[in-house]
Amino acid sequence: MATIRTGVSGEPLDMAGLVASFDQGRTDIGAVVTFTGLCRDEDGRLDALELEHYPGMAEAEIARIAHLAAERWPVTDLTVIHRHGRVAPGEPIVLVIAASKHRHAAFEAAEFVMDFLKTQAPFWKKEHARDGTATGWVAARDADDEAEARWGKPS
Amino acid sequence: MKLLYFAWVRERIGLADETIERPAGVETVADLIGWLKARGDGYELALAEPEAIRVALDREHALHDASLDGVREVALFPPMTGG
Repeated sequence: MATIRTGVSGEPLDMAGLVASFDQGRTDIGAVVTFTGLCRDEDGRLDALELEHYPGMAEAEIARIAHLAAERWPVTDLTVIHRHGRVAPGEPIVLVIAASKHRHAAFEAAEFVMDFLKTQAPFWKKEHARDGTATGWVAARDADDEAEARWGKPS
Repeated sequence: MKLLYFAWVRERIGLADETIERPAGVETVADLIGWLKARGDGYELALAEPEAIRVALDREHALHDASLDGVREVALFPPMTGG
């Protein structure tokens, strides 16, 4: 049975701290895969991203997606934390840590989690431009739907 | 029934949430969206393209043909862009 930790945070995410606390003293793990999604500045254009979320459902969807991954791959640990609020370029938006005995489960579980988060977790990004011009909502990408679809429909 | 709006749906309607009595004849999500569109310019602008609207019923994803029977919280929002 995998240990699953999920959540949302309005504060900056600390990947190094999470990883350090996570595999300390463990001897049963053969592979740890970490993914950090970062806020880009879009060639200097962006001052910040504002991440709106649906409180309650966002937490529930992240947990549901993590459990789907843990049912599908033999991971021992899976941690998924997503930011909300104002995020500056260079700051993390999402962290995924997947651990398993062998590497494939950790790699694939982490990628699956990210592909489903993109299309299923209720978060929306709004851009704030550095030059003060009108800000806009980031549009969903067809490529993200295709990335999700390649995993097939989870049962 | 509580209605929640997010992102540009919220901005165009001009409300984050509201509570309504479900009108007679509004059985599904699609019925609700049709009924809301007639409530004012903001609603009409937000819901002009119903196929662009995603929906959650009691915090679970649902399709537009889903029944509203027994539902307490309906959320309408654009396609998600997290991650």
